[in-house]
Amino acid sequence: MNLPFHKYGSPKYFYSWSLMLSPWLIGFCVLLFAVGLYTGLFVAPADYQQGESFRIIYVHVPAAWMSLFIYVVMASAAASGLIWHVKLGDMIARASAPLGAWFTFLALVTGSLWGKPMWGTYWVWDARLTSELILLFLYLGYIALQGAIDDRRVAARAGAIVALVGTVNLPIIHYSVEWWNTLHQGPTVSKLDAPSIAPSMLMPLLIMAVAYTVYFVVVMFARTRCEILEFERNAAWVKERALEKGVV
Amino acid sequence: MNSAIRSASAVTARDLRRFVRRQQDVVQPLVFFVIVITLLGLAIGPESTIFAQIAPAGVWIAVLLATTINLDSMFLSDYQDGTIELLVLSATPLPVLVAAKILAHWLASACPQIVISVFVATILGFESTVIGALVLTLLLGSPILSLIGGVASALTVGLRGGAMLQALIILPLYMPTLIFATAAMHNAALELPIDAELYFLAGLAVLAATLAPFAAAAALRIRLS
Repeated sequence: MNLPFHKYGSPKYFYSWSLMLSPWLIGFCVLLFAVGLYTGLFVAPADYQQGESFRIIYVHVPAAWMSLFIYVVMASAAASGLIWHVKLGDMIARASAPLGAWFTFLALVTGSLWGKPMWGTYWVWDARLTSELILLFLYLGYIALQGAIDDRRVAARAGAIVALVGTVNLPIIHYSVEWWNTLHQGPTVSKLDAPSIAPSMLMPLLIMAVAYTVYFVVVMFARTRCEILEFERNAAWVKERALEKGVV
Repeated sequence: MNSAIRSASAVTARDLRRFVRRQQDVVQPLVFFVIVITLLGLAIGPESTIFAQIAPAGVWIAVLLATTINLDSMFLSDYQDGTIELLVLSATPLPVLVAAKILAHWLASACPQIVISVFVATILGFESTVIGALVLTLLLGSPILSLIGGVASALTVGLRGGAMLQALIILPLYMPTLIFATAAMHNAALELPIDAELYFLAGLAVLAATLAPFAAAAALRIRLS
C-alpha cells in the first residue's frame, strides 16, 4: 500500500509539517481567542435570568465539549496504533491524554464556579457533572497505566485497550448516570435547526469552541513532536536535525 | 470446536482446583468484605434507621472493593510461573481460555460472596424483598465485575503498583453496574418493581461477556510481548 497517509503520517514527516504549520495555527488560535472572548464578554447581551454570570459559558461549555472530543481523538489514535501499528497514533494518543484530562478538569471547575451562584452549591450529584467526573477518572486511569509501563510500545498498546474499553463504556456511563439523576440545564446548542440560545450569544460560543480546538491541535502537535524526539532519539534523521540546530 | 470446549473446561477445572488448594485466595476477600461492612456500621453508628437506609448501598460498595482487591488472583500466579505463556501458545483461541479463567474466578470468588452477603443482609435485618433484590443484582452484576476486572487484571498483571492501578482503571467502569444494582435495591425497599434495573444489568452482563474476553486476551498478549 502506498497511500499518502503513510508518508505524511510517518513521525519524520509529521515532525516537519507540523512544525511548519505551527506558527500559522498559533496565530489563528490567538485571533480566535481574542475575537471569541471579546464578543463573549463585551458584545453578547447579558442573560435575562442569569445576568452577567452566564458569560462563564464561553469557557465552560467548550471545555466540556473538548473533554469528550479529545477522548475520541485519543481513542481513535490509540486504536490506529493498536490495529495498524501506526506509530504516530500511539504518540498522538499519549500526547492527548493529559490535555483531555486538563480540559475535563477545567470543565468541572468552571462548572462548579457557575453552579455556586446559579444552584447555590459548588457540587450537586447531577448526571452530567458526575459523568464528567467519571470521564476525568477514565483519563487518569489511562495516564496512570501509561506511566506504569516503561516500554513505550507496550505502554501504548496497553493504553489503547483501556481507551477502547472506556469508549465502549462512555455512552453506558453517560446514560446510566443520566437516568440516575439529572438537574443540569438541558442542551441548548445541539438542536441545530432551532437552538434555544440567541444567535448573538451562540456566535461567541462557537468561535470559542473552534479556538479551543485549534489550541488543542497546537499543543497536541507540540507534545507529539516531543514524543517523537524521545521515541526516535536514535534515528538518523533526529541526529541530523540535532546537528543542524547545533544541539549536539 | 469440541477441543476448544474441552480445553476451556480443563482450564476452568484447573483454576478451581487451585482455588480449593489455596483457600486463602477465596477466604481473605470474604473476610475483607465483612470487615468493610463492619466499618460502615461503626462509622454510621448504632441508630438502626440510618443504617437500614444506607446498608444496601454499603453492601454493594463492599462487593466492589472486595472484587477489586481480589482480582490479583485471576492471572498473577499464572503470569509468574509462566502458565499464561503456555495458554497464549496453545492451539485453542486465547479469548476462550481467558473466558474459562474468568469463569473459574467468578465461581470461586463471586459465588461465595453472594452466599455470605445473604447471611450479612439477614443479620443486618434487611427486608426479604431487599435480600431478594440483592441476590438477583449480585447474580447479574458480579459477572460484569469479573469480566471487566479480567481486562484490567490482564493489563496490569505483574506491574509495579498493579493493584492500585487496577483499581483506578476499573472502578470508573463499575459505576453503571453500581447505579443499576443500588437503584434496584432502593426500589425493592419501597416495594416497587425492579425489572427495569435487572434487564439493564442483564444487558450489561451480556455486553461484557461478549467483548471482555477478547479485550482481556489482547491485553495478555500485550503484557507478554
